[in-house]
Amino acid sequence: MIYHDVLCPFCACLCDDIVVEVEDGRIVKVDNACDLGTHKFMSDEKLRSPMRRERGVWREVGMEEAISRTVEILLDADRPLLYGWSSTHVEAQGLGIRIAEVIGGVIDSTTSICHGPSILAIQEVGHPGSTLGQIKNRADLVVYWGCNPIEAHPRHLSRYTTYADGFFLNKAFRERKLIVADTRRTQSARIADEFLLVKHDADYAILGAIRAIVRGQTDMIPPSVGGVPKQQLLRVAEMCKKAKYGVFFFGMGLTQTAGKYKNVRNAIELVIELNRHTKFTLTPMRGHFNVYGFNEVCTWMTGYPYAVDYSRGLAFYNPGETTAVDILARGECDACLVVASDPAAHMPKKAVAHLSTIPVVQIDPQINLTSAFCELLIPVATTGIDAEGSAYRMDGVPLRMKAVLKNVHPTDTDVLGEIYRRIRGAKGCG
Amino acid sequence: MAELLVKNACVIDPLQGIEGDIMDIAIRDGRIVESVRNGAEVIDAQGFLTMPGGIDSHTHICGTKVNFGRYMSPEDMRAGRTVKRGKMHATSGYSVPTTYGNSYRYSVMGYTTVLEGAMAPLEARHTHEEFSATPLQDTMANTLFDGNWPVMEAVKEGDLKRVAAIVAWILEAVKGFAIKLTNPGGTEAWGWGKNVECIRDTVPYFGVTPAEIILSLVKANEMLRLPHSVHLHCNRLGIPGNYSCTIGTFDLIPDLNRNRQSLYATHVQFHSYGGSSWPDINSKAEPVAYAVNRKPQIVIDMGQMMFGKTTTMTADGPMEFNLYRLYHNKWSNHDVELETTSGIIPVLYRRKNLVNCVMWSIGLELALLVKNPWQCLLSTDNPNGAPFVKYPEIIALLMSRPYREKEFATLHPHTGSRVLLPSIDRELDWNEIAVMTRAGQSRALGIDRIGKGHLRAGAEADIAIYPLRIGDTDPSREYEKVIGAFRKTMWTIKRGRVVARDGEILVEGKNATIWVRPTVPEPYRMEQDPDFVRNFERYYTVRMSNYPVQHHYIPRNICIETEAVL
Repeated sequence: MIYHDVLCPFCACLCDDIVVEVEDGRIVKVDNACDLGTHKFMSDEKLRSPMRRERGVWREVGMEEAISRTVEILLDADRPLLYGWSSTHVEAQGLGIRIAEVIGGVIDSTTSICHGPSILAIQEVGHPGSTLGQIKNRADLVVYWGCNPIEAHPRHLSRYTTYADGFFLNKAFRERKLIVADTRRTQSARIADEFLLVKHDADYAILGAIRAIVRGQTDMIPPSVGGVPKQQLLRVAEMCKKAKYGVFFFGMGLTQTAGKYKNVRNAIELVIELNRHTKFTLTPMRGHFNVYGFNEVCTWMTGYPYAVDYSRGLAFYNPGETTAVDILARGECDACLVVASDPAAHMPKKAVAHLSTIPVVQIDPQINLTSAFCELLIPVATTGIDAEGSAYRMDGVPLRMKAVLKNVHPTDTDVLGEIYRRIRGAKGCG
Repeated sequence: MAELLVKNACVIDPLQGIEGDIMDIAIRDGRIVESVRNGAEVIDAQGFLTMPGGIDSHTHICGTKVNFGRYMSPEDMRAGRTVKRGKMHATSGYSVPTTYGNSYRYSVMGYTTVLEGAMAPLEARHTHEEFSATPLQDTMANTLFDGNWPVMEAVKEGDLKRVAAIVAWILEAVKGFAIKLTNPGGTEAWGWGKNVECIRDTVPYFGVTPAEIILSLVKANEMLRLPHSVHLHCNRLGIPGNYSCTIGTFDLIPDLNRNRQSLYATHVQFHSYGGSSWPDINSKAEPVAYAVNRKPQIVIDMGQMMFGKTTTMTADGPMEFNLYRLYHNKWSNHDVELETTSGIIPVLYRRKNLVNCVMWSIGLELALLVKNPWQCLLSTDNPNGAPFVKYPEIIALLMSRPYREKEFATLHPHTGSRVLLPSIDRELDWNEIAVMTRAGQSRALGIDRIGKGHLRAGAEADIAIYPLRIGDTDPSREYEKVIGAFRKTMWTIKRGRVVARDGEILVEGKNATIWVRPTVPEPYRMEQDPDFVRNFERYYTVRMSNYPVQHHYIPRNICIETEAVL
């Protein structure tokens, strides 16, 4: 059986032209996907059955025991944290928020350790953005700042930017200019028309210098800013102003280096400034395929994109206080439900150390570093492979993930729906 | 069989011509019936004002742009928080509440049906996901065609049948309700950071004018026999002197439909400005209202502005950038490939600001100068002019000259020289208010025939009972009482169930989405049109097979099927 136009459940490019061949209930061939996507489709290192760890010994348990123990842990907790969510579908994310509301817990997604700072900047100054197709069809200037799409979002350039012909650009590769800014000469930097070799933690100063030049304040710029010669800054500013349609993509090289959300704010304000000269938009290079979906559903349900604390019955948001890393590092959290993510691989040591001391339940198709800390592992179907559901691309375009295999395990929606139902019953609001 | 009897209701139901009769309303299985058995549940309405559930024919409550308004504004979220209580989820937000916040607050005000004013087709799934979380109203979505490439190309070729066929395919694909044009042509120009001046300007590259886009879609709309007319946000929104563009647009529109208008012009307050720049802005509500009075083919809504903080959000991207350059607050923009754009900025409307005072007056003047209430519906373009929770105050302003005078006295001292409002005596009556808040919307949207906006046997049992006896209330004097009554129903009944009682939400609820499926003859099916398919695959970034919204997203829905005449 061959499936066409399948969506890839790896990164937030959310490529929707994948061809998947299935034989005897297994994926045998994947076309059009990048190596990262193909690997996810082909991977069969999945957990077979729920597992429970007691006194250091793992044993297989039934789904019933796994769910009832999860409910017990969540109901027993004073300060439960529900974390992860970026690699599952929106419907499951919505159920997570429901559970957090009913138990008075904190819900946060991987956003807080990737593009959380971008959201803080947007909350200060806004976000001039567009869908990726608008860029494909119009942009004659593309900036990648603090990100390396060739390795992290491999099809971004061929689907949406450098190599993608569009309505107003027939020979995109020749007609489109590329600027890359990074602290090292990455694969992406090698194909750039202009590469800004940024000194570590100097992004803020360099963006500020370009802003100043765009505003006509050229004289105040010293001969070099953050390792970038003034002459190059002048060239880059001129390219930006002269472009008919420019776009600024940025990654964690901007959001997680010194200055954090202030870097992003500077980038946004540069883009706003450029809109007085030409058309310019900005898009964060979101990571997981549905990390943006969590921000969307969390916003329409709670009012905030991530880091929501329901402990006082209303939705309370204060990143730095209600973000997962902070709740863990302060040692507040006394039980954690991890869904579709791997905090142990990405969080600071102090947060992970606390995670190892509390009951943790992981709902995930696969084992990862976090699994070692867990009391319970609950295997589920993989969204986009054997589970359907909504996902939001990095530019906010919502699509429906398909299932190409029949699922052996329940989906995240099944498992979380059952947990929610039981908790509501126990709380007397069923 | 669920039966309910509302006794002793003082009913105003303009579509049936009922103006304050005391009567009983029988309900079975969610619909109005002639009678119910003894033993049905009884609500004694005690002679209180009872009307069909309110309908908002132009509001922004769900979808990409609305959600971005929340996302970028934690300060607005903090300004309107309620805790989880009983059946109610926790809510956040003042001008852009969370979906439950919108749904509860509308329900408490007696609203049972709402139309999202602007849905980008490519992002339709998002709107439908939020509709599912807006459980106490039936929902529908205006679908944006203002900058649609295939439509503009067909307009350029003068091929009206193709225009209609493209609209039919997209409306069905995205489960949309009506054709929305926001600054037609201007949103495409904004793709290059430009705009169009008015209806005779040319759209860059595509070489068509807004006038051609508007007129083609007005005609295509009737060829498709859609329930609603074209729903237009005129060019030049919010620019002094724009009233002539607005009237010029109205002059384009032929009278093509016997049952309803041929054009619905939305938030006309923002389009009725005289003057040549901000310092000399003045009201041109009179010529605009006069144009409407002469043209039965036009229905407008007010787009009333009320003082206070709110968030502006529209598919009119270039307008929002201009507004940003006035306010220097924060600015978001979102262009959608091949289709449209949008922009968002927070604003504060102030009594000390002369422009704001003129805007406030213009909205009221329009409602008072348009003679026929069926042609001017009550709205704030929520949340652009004000959050919808201000509707009760607007009702009271329309019903009470003393209240208008009292408010007027607090405005910028120069307001009187720029507006007409103080010279208008008219005070609207209960029946006119019922027209402007439900019956008029129902007829304008063409949903009277699916049982919305009236209480005839067979209609949906959507009913609002307000704590006010019209016989012992003088709205001119007792405007505070009117405001209080319209803020909070005693009972809101949705689909035959009490959903809100004295401000408390009693049920979880579940919305139904109203959408249209126009059938076109075989040669006009766009999914088989080689040009359409080729260009789709080439210029969109999603595959054509992944574009249509699956039925999964509209679990409960009412599909209006039409047979196109091409």
